[in-house]
Amino acid sequence: MAAGTDTKVHLVREHALELLKQMILIRRFEEKCAELYSAEKIRGFLHLYIGEEANAVGVMQALEPDDAIVATYREHGHALARGLPPSEIMAEMYGKAAGSSRGRGGSMHIFDARHRFYGGNAIVGGGLPLAVGLALADKMQGRNRVTCCFFGEGAAAEGEFHESLNLAALWNLPVLFVCENNGYAMGTALNRSESNPDISQHASAYSITSEAVDGMNVIDVEAAARRAVKAIRAGKGPRFLENKTYRFRAHSMFDAELYRDKVEVEKWKKIGPVVRFTDWLLESGMIHESDIDIIEQEVARTIEVAVVFAEQAPWEPVEDLTRDVMTPPVHDKVAS
Amino acid sequence: MTGSRTLTYREAIREALREALQRDERVFLMGEDVGRYGGAYACSKGLLEEFGDERVRDTPLSESGFTGAGIGAALGGMRPIVEIMTVNFSLLALDQIVNTAATLRHMSGGQFSVPIVIRMATGAGRQLAAQHSHSLECWFAHVPGLRVVAPASVADARGMLWTALQDPDPVIMFEHATLYNEEGEVAAEGETSCDLDKAAIRRSGKDVSLITYSGSLGKTLDAAQRLAGDGIDCEVIDLRSLRPLDDATIMSSVTKTARAVIVDEGWRSGSLAGEISARIMEQAFYSLDAPVERVCSQEVPIPYPSHLEQAATPQVESIVAAVRKTLRT
Repeated sequence: MAAGTDTKVHLVREHALELLKQMILIRRFEEKCAELYSAEKIRGFLHLYIGEEANAVGVMQALEPDDAIVATYREHGHALARGLPPSEIMAEMYGKAAGSSRGRGGSMHIFDARHRFYGGNAIVGGGLPLAVGLALADKMQGRNRVTCCFFGEGAAAEGEFHESLNLAALWNLPVLFVCENNGYAMGTALNRSESNPDISQHASAYSITSEAVDGMNVIDVEAAARRAVKAIRAGKGPRFLENKTYRFRAHSMFDAELYRDKVEVEKWKKIGPVVRFTDWLLESGMIHESDIDIIEQEVARTIEVAVVFAEQAPWEPVEDLTRDVMTPPVHDKVAS
Repeated sequence: MTGSRTLTYREAIREALREALQRDERVFLMGEDVGRYGGAYACSKGLLEEFGDERVRDTPLSESGFTGAGIGAALGGMRPIVEIMTVNFSLLALDQIVNTAATLRHMSGGQFSVPIVIRMATGAGRQLAAQHSHSLECWFAHVPGLRVVAPASVADARGMLWTALQDPDPVIMFEHATLYNEEGEVAAEGETSCDLDKAAIRRSGKDVSLITYSGSLGKTLDAAQRLAGDGIDCEVIDLRSLRPLDDATIMSSVTKTARAVIVDEGWRSGSLAGEISARIMEQAFYSLDAPVERVCSQEVPIPYPSHLEQAATPQVESIVAAVRKTLRT
């Protein structure tokens, strides 16, 4: 099923396999990243999305190629689901010049103008005003495009969250706000940081229609995103999704996870997006074990190719250190 | 100048805004009270009626939100002019300016430039006390990825905006709040454009180089005038651009005069004056006949009473004294 205005998810085999494949790609890609981190190929911060795959994959189904994405520092999954080349993402992880952002950003700052993928923002809440502005530009130029902004529930405590929701609602802008509520802002549980932990109500306070979604169920996410995007394209202003989800891994590779119970993690893993969707598809007879094997093989190949590409890619020469701090005067064309 | 006219600094800014809105449909003005109110300093008075509320866009009191929205709109193909009421308020938008606007091009490997102009008032002299009077230009001038300009003349107030809008990168434009009522000559319409790169020699002299910018230019020229009465011939440099700094003009002058006084309304510690002084040491040390002097603001939040405010900021007397010190007269 292609992205479109239809808000129902017609789960045909082909589409089910595509959703599953994308989630498995993210899962395996990140498992590889964790391994490469231990091998010291990837450094700095590495925030894994494992457990949350249904959100990026589900939401992206509702978006068109000329819509815009603004994401956070936990954005590998969004980049992959948006269709950025895995090899370039991996090279970015390595810090190589062939990476999505010439290696300048690393794991937290993946950008791709071709896919209208605007990062990769590692300031919590920092991407929301940017999304409002992208949507404002579309509205002022009469383009019927959507800007989709992903952020975590931790961002709801930031002033920029409130300023941005207010602006988007006030100016009736085509923004899809997607709050991926994984329960913890780094190590601080939501009920320890919010006077009202019902994040979707925060959106309602700004007169933005919001919906709480099971972020562990890719079909639910896709359906909710399609409903929201349809309303946005119809000129009804911003929409807000609160996707209730969970990260199975630590916040970053430096996190000893002292703030949550292992039993809790295991409980969530049982309803993980990949295992749950897989089981359901198998039980319903829509797919067979052999389909999963094929997906795993294809994904393994993709990742292998990506790692080889990243390994072999050259480093940016030190002479280019200050390149692109400012736009060179010769070409004053600006990506839009 | 053929066809030159006299305008106030405020009128020059307004004319520049109007020109930009007329010439480029991607341009829009956004900020607190820029529309119905006409601008906190009345720079945009009448523009709402002329261009409508889409292009002269009043915002809520959300400095970070609307500055970030300006950055996003710039990414989306617009040419936003964001007005922030004062530099003190811009601290609420510092995340968007420093973490996003300044980093995006480099961090994205050159994929995204941010063609935004952010204007804001700066400086003391109007008895507005410690949350409306500071000069934090050097904070912005510290940041790679930004261009920072400070029009001190009416002609620059008229000419810099259009040039700034042609720049593919973020430009921060500082307007000293005491300048808005100043009158000055500007070129005929259609001939007002100017560069953003070069410092300007506002007065030629051979004895001491006075290096300044923005609201301190007038005081520095007054000091030079007074010193001329004593036979001391000062050269006055208006930096115009605070990032990048025009080292060539500064060094050329200092090499000629062998003495330098930097007049900077920012606090002395970590000031632009300190940066310029260091550059003179690095590039023109052997030309100097005296230590570089700095006239900066006292290390105090700007106080409300006029006499204390005056005492806290550079004045003609303190500039004259610094010049004499370099000459040991």
